[in-house]
Amino acid sequence: MFLINCPYCGERDQQEFKAGGEAHIERPKQPTELSDDEWAEYLFIRKNIKGVQFERWNHAHGCRKWFNMVRDTSNDEIREIYKMGEKPPSQ
Amino acid sequence: MRNKYSVFSLIKNALSNHENWQRAWKDPTPKKEYDAVIVGGGGHGLATAYYLAKKHNMNNIAVVEKGWIGGGNTGRNTTIIRSNYLWDASAGLYDHALKIWEGLSQELNYNVMFSQRGVMNLAHNLQDVRDLKRRTHANRLNGIDAVYLSTEEVKKFCPIINTSPDIRYPVLGGTLQRRAGTARHDAVAWGYARGADGMGVDIIQNCEVKGIKRNGDSVEGIETTKGFIKTKKIGVVAAGHSSVIANMAGLRLPLESKPLQALVSEPVKPIIDTVVMSNAVHAYVSQSDKGELVIGAGTDDYVSYTQKGSHQIVEGTLNAILELYPIFSRMRMLRQWGGIVDICPDASPILSKTSIKGLYFNCGWGTGGFKATPGSGDLFAHTIANDQPHKLNAAFNLNRFVSGDLVDEHGAAAVAH
Repeated sequence: MFLINCPYCGERDQQEFKAGGEAHIERPKQPTELSDDEWAEYLFIRKNIKGVQFERWNHAHGCRKWFNMVRDTSNDEIREIYKMGEKPPSQ
Repeated sequence: MRNKYSVFSLIKNALSNHENWQRAWKDPTPKKEYDAVIVGGGGHGLATAYYLAKKHNMNNIAVVEKGWIGGGNTGRNTTIIRSNYLWDASAGLYDHALKIWEGLSQELNYNVMFSQRGVMNLAHNLQDVRDLKRRTHANRLNGIDAVYLSTEEVKKFCPIINTSPDIRYPVLGGTLQRRAGTARHDAVAWGYARGADGMGVDIIQNCEVKGIKRNGDSVEGIETTKGFIKTKKIGVVAAGHSSVIANMAGLRLPLESKPLQALVSEPVKPIIDTVVMSNAVHAYVSQSDKGELVIGAGTDDYVSYTQKGSHQIVEGTLNAILELYPIFSRMRMLRQWGGIVDICPDASPILSKTSIKGLYFNCGWGTGGFKATPGSGDLFAHTIANDQPHKLNAAFNLNRFVSGDLVDEHGAAAVAH
């Protein structure tokens, strides 16, 4: 269990939040032209990093807004939090 | 050669105060080259090595393990064994394993304490009832024993369950697989380790893989903390760390690694002589031979490699347990822990060749790999030895995420994932 600093509400308990998986996976601009391999990459393949990973989170039991998080998955330490649409910080 | 365990060896060793038992497996230093190397010394990896040696005459092989035998997910699960899966492919895979379980202690000359005490799954709403009835029919068409139970029959089979219609999620019925049950999890790893070692397999503990050396499209060997090991075939059975190993070979997998928690209570006298699982409220419970209640909780929804989960997951499970079994209200929990499970998008495993020649993956077992240990080892050994899958694991290839031919067991496999 850890605390998450929602960019809209401030620090709250992690159980108020829903993890939304890997961040910055862009939806294909031309879905009709995608090969099966590219669809598999978009839909299923994940980095699943042991270490610093970029993620999306949702304050599901709070303001219900989405935001991004940089988190170390080897020790659950949150490095940075930034809003949707903002450029990911360089790590 | 291993000395056989028997009543005579027990008496013989008793005469020397049990001080002269042979080591169950050796502690070798790695050779320069092997015909195959298995990465990961859990139950599945050791079973793979055992069947490679036993059925495919590959004796010049090694198992490399980062920690110690039985220290990973093999020793962290809730030891449930069953094969009541919905889809034909899964039913074939898990029932193959269950059939091996039934003779495993004799085969390994090692008591894995396999106990066919039955596994009961509960239904708590109308959709559960329909799903469980459908699965019962599907199981029986596949030759897997399954019966549907009414609320009264559930109560009769496990009298301590609260079947009152007043509770938040009342018990509307259930299914029972009588051939299902439990086994002692670390004994499974030890038994396979001893069996494989007896056939010449090197089991190398405290040996972490640091890199995979490739020559174009094929593998040449592995870099480890105990030096470079040359080999043409690598079978990766690394559970939660599968993506990490895949990354070393430049391969990406459809996996996410998440903490899954379990807990045990203080030991008490026999109170529950079966395994009861509830999908809807996510609570399952059985009792170990030591008398502890063994309780399985759910996964967290975020990726983590920390081997500990969130407190509210345990709290939710215990709330459900207390409503279903009011008799446990004053039980104290002794220990709680987490294991890192690798979950596929379709909640089915991967037992497959890869795009790299000589590199094989056995992963994606998610929250329910223990039950499959013997079958998984047998089929993965077949895949590695013949460089092609057995018909029972053909559907569990890596390419299914490209073709779309998924084995979608999410929610259909009698337990929440």
